[in-house]
Amino acid sequence: MAEAASVAAECLAGCRARGARSVLGQVVVPGEELLLPEQEDAEGPGGAGERPLSLNAGARSRVRVICGPGLRRCGDRLLVTKCGRLRHKEPGGGGGGVYWVDSQQKRYVPVKGDHVIGIVTAKSGDIFKVDVGGSEPASLSYLSFEGATKRNRPNVQVGDLIYGQFVVANKDMEPEMVCIDSCGRANGMGVIGQDGLLFKVTLGLIRKLLAPDCEIIQEVGKLYPLEIVFGMNGRIWVKAKTIQQTLILANILEACEHMTSDQRKQIFSRLAES
Amino acid sequence: MEEEMHTDAKIRAETGTGSSPRGPGCSLRHFACEQNLLSRPDGSASFLQGVAEKSRERLIRNTCEAVVLGTLHPRTSITVVLQVVSDAGSLLACCLNAACMALVDAGVPMRALFCGVTCALDSDGTLVLDPTSKQEKEARAVLTFALDNVERKLLMSSTKGLFSDAELQQCLAVTQAASQHVFRFYRESLQRRYSKS
Repeated sequence: MAEAASVAAECLAGCRARGARSVLGQVVVPGEELLLPEQEDAEGPGGAGERPLSLNAGARSRVRVICGPGLRRCGDRLLVTKCGRLRHKEPGGGGGGVYWVDSQQKRYVPVKGDHVIGIVTAKSGDIFKVDVGGSEPASLSYLSFEGATKRNRPNVQVGDLIYGQFVVANKDMEPEMVCIDSCGRANGMGVIGQDGLLFKVTLGLIRKLLAPDCEIIQEVGKLYPLEIVFGMNGRIWVKAKTIQQTLILANILEACEHMTSDQRKQIFSRLAES
Repeated sequence: MEEEMHTDAKIRAETGTGSSPRGPGCSLRHFACEQNLLSRPDGSASFLQGVAEKSRERLIRNTCEAVVLGTLHPRTSITVVLQVVSDAGSLLACCLNAACMALVDAGVPMRALFCGVTCALDSDGTLVLDPTSKQEKEARAVLTFALDNVERKLLMSSTKGLFSDAELQQCLAVTQAASQHVFRFYRESLQRRYSKS
């Protein structure tokens, strides 16, 4: 029994909550609890002696920290629910910033405000049903296109590709998407043109490609003239002058996930020569 | 004739062997088959042999349900498909570990990781962790536990055979210590995966 007790103590000691700041950039696993910075100071060993006296001794000043994807609030702490690297973004003004977990995932879950590529699967009355890769199809009203009125209906057929954004996307309701922004302008959204190739990649790769300073897109642009649309649901539509070029671009983008930047540069230089 | 068969079945059920009644003279277990379940391939079938597989499915399902945050995905079904490539003993523990890793890989939100560990007690009371098929067959009792990684709490236990209360506590303690190795392995393999990107 003593053996059991000592084993139990060791186990519990191993999973004590760690401070969020100390784990930034490291891989976290589901089940871990993270302490927010001001709690960390209060609970640390040297905190008690050196904290400056505050007039309002009872209430600690609370900063508003936003819990991003992969984290859930659990009492005063953050509970990790997905595996990945912990990231933090400093706030623009006030507040405590955003914490989130960068995970690699193939399955998309609709989020409000995300721009996605969907495939029209059904047309029923005034609503199109669009498959966005989530657990249920999103609904798109025919009036949500630029310049659409009851008399002037948009030309959308079953099987068309649509680039739009979510206005309603939560776990309790069917997701709804639109192809206009809040001012009523299309802003690049709507039906995606003829030809081209749609293929699927992981969500992490899309986020990497859409980061502001992504070299991959600049290098790809120098290779061939192309049109490309990224959907946050892991779908990319690409179109170049010939079918062969389109296929080459699709293969490069799919392989980018597993290549280091040196390998990529080699492939690009080889393609540029030929 | 029919009355005899009926009594046969009743006796077997009472002794608690855990398998459904076998017909007299036939040594095969109960079958169930379902066809054309997958829409993509031209044909598919699922074959179920014996009640043991069904109870194993139920155990894995209950463990997953305890850990997955289902409230974030209402009206959604999460299907876990486990395919046995090779069985070298401790099959249930291996299935649990595979299911946990698959759920993490799919990005399903979970409140903790879980792992399965098997231990076997042989006739003179020696404890063997992670027994091979041969050790499982010769053991007096085989116990499988599923533990979570937050406080090493017990999520599921499946036992077969004779053992005393003290032996149960001892097995549980040893399994809890062993689960640390499994969680460390999980963490290392996940770190390796994320270090590639």
